[in-house]
Amino acid sequence: MSSGTGAPADGTHDETLVLGVPEISRALTRIAHEVLERNHGATDVVLLGIPTRGLPLARRLATRLAEVEPVLDVDSLLGSLDVTMYRDDLAHHPTRTIGATHLPPGGIDGKIVVLVDDVLYSGRTIRAALDAISDLGRPRGVQLAVLVDRGHRELPIRPDYVGKNLPTAAAERVRVLLEEIDGRDAVLIEGAVL
Amino acid sequence: MKHLLSAADLERSEAIEILDTAAQMAATQSREIKKLPTLRGRTVVNLFFEDSTRTRISFETAAKRLSADVINFSAKGSSVSKGESLKDTALTLQAMGADAVVIRHQSSGAPHTLAHAGWTSGAVINAGDGTHQHPTQALLDAFTIRRHLVGDGGRADVTGRDLAGLHVAIIGDVLHSRVARSNVQLLQTLGARVTLVAPPTLVPVGVGSWGADVSYHLDEVLTEGRPDAVMMLRVQRERMSMAGGGFFPSPLEYTRGYGLDARRLATLPDHTIVMHPGPMNRGLEISADAADSPRAVIVEQVSNGVAVRMAVLYLLLAGETTNTKAVGE
Repeated sequence: MSSGTGAPADGTHDETLVLGVPEISRALTRIAHEVLERNHGATDVVLLGIPTRGLPLARRLATRLAEVEPVLDVDSLLGSLDVTMYRDDLAHHPTRTIGATHLPPGGIDGKIVVLVDDVLYSGRTIRAALDAISDLGRPRGVQLAVLVDRGHRELPIRPDYVGKNLPTAAAERVRVLLEEIDGRDAVLIEGAVL
Repeated sequence: MKHLLSAADLERSEAIEILDTAAQMAATQSREIKKLPTLRGRTVVNLFFEDSTRTRISFETAAKRLSADVINFSAKGSSVSKGESLKDTALTLQAMGADAVVIRHQSSGAPHTLAHAGWTSGAVINAGDGTHQHPTQALLDAFTIRRHLVGDGGRADVTGRDLAGLHVAIIGDVLHSRVARSNVQLLQTLGARVTLVAPPTLVPVGVGSWGADVSYHLDEVLTEGRPDAVMMLRVQRERMSMAGGGFFPSPLEYTRGYGLDARRLATLPDHTIVMHPGPMNRGLEISADAADSPRAVIVEQVSNGVAVRMAVLYLLLAGETTNTKAVGE
């Protein structure tokens, strides 16, 4: 969310495709296996997607977990976590629309929560997410999965699962496009406007 | 949106944005920890020149749930009773750094004056002025109606939906009711059809321009109009002289003609909800049978009021357009 995603492609940007459809798919499959390996299965795991693009990513991860371990049920693994009301930069932007927070039926107490987002940048979205989680319950642990880590952290936060490490300049923009929202899968990097 | 002064100022899209935000706020209020850090450091002043319990408590709760600081100022026992003007009171509040002023005043138009006279730079929210407007009440009523009657009775997602196709009957003391004025405007903005039902003496002059149907016959409206929601208004006896003030011959006669009782309740369609902005005069405009029936959503209106006021405070205060910007950036 703090990644600068979602800017319109107006032709003035220099776009480079970083991840295509097969790379995104492979990265998610690998992350799914890493989640299972690290947590010895996924019986206690809850995937919380951060709107907007964390939601479809979390759903895809949950589907993959359920494919590997058929005892798992996608809907009881999956939730969404809106962090808007916990952000520290609300006063610096036009009013943001509040998204939905939805927890799976079992809640998050005693579970391993895996936060899922598209781009990790300053880390401020994740800080807000940690605050939001502590108001919702007390998970046994919190882990972070992101499709792209573009660096430039402003807080001591690090991801547990990364689709792609992408060294960027601060002036560049990273855009994640997903089939469910944008009609196609792609990760693009855009140069600064000269 | 800088202030919320009148339901007439709200565009359809703005009204729906408030209702959608309120739905998310309502979801947070069913949690164990209801407090959100969203408006930390902001100050909300409740400036009440007229008696109010539920609206003031509702705004106070909403602001506190969003972590804003709340200052309650009521005219009784304050400098106002010593003769201070609205202007001087407003300047005092400005000096204390109020980011939002929630004002209730017995004079129609006082919130508008406060918002536009340049006495305060904060957002002004009208919590009821005279017989003019009470926009947050209309918003919570629309929210309650949407929750019950749109999207298959709450089972489907209603985000972004309006009230198109619904019929709402507003019954009782329309003349003195700011709730009725705000509701007529907002419900029509959201696509609902409104019928006002009142004795001729309690129908305001110029009601023809409101766009709502007007009827003097409650039984006819309930059976033939088949309303989806029935909103009973309080008979505002404090705004009338003694007895009925000449507006109606006796309370008993009013109840016979315009009170919602068990018999009238039975003539309503099964899905119809019964609403009342409170406080109720039981036995006058609404009988205990109706007020306590399963289709009455009167208590739910109160909890929805907190969610709607949280949404209004969020939308007015959380963004960059408030006081702090001028000072801080």
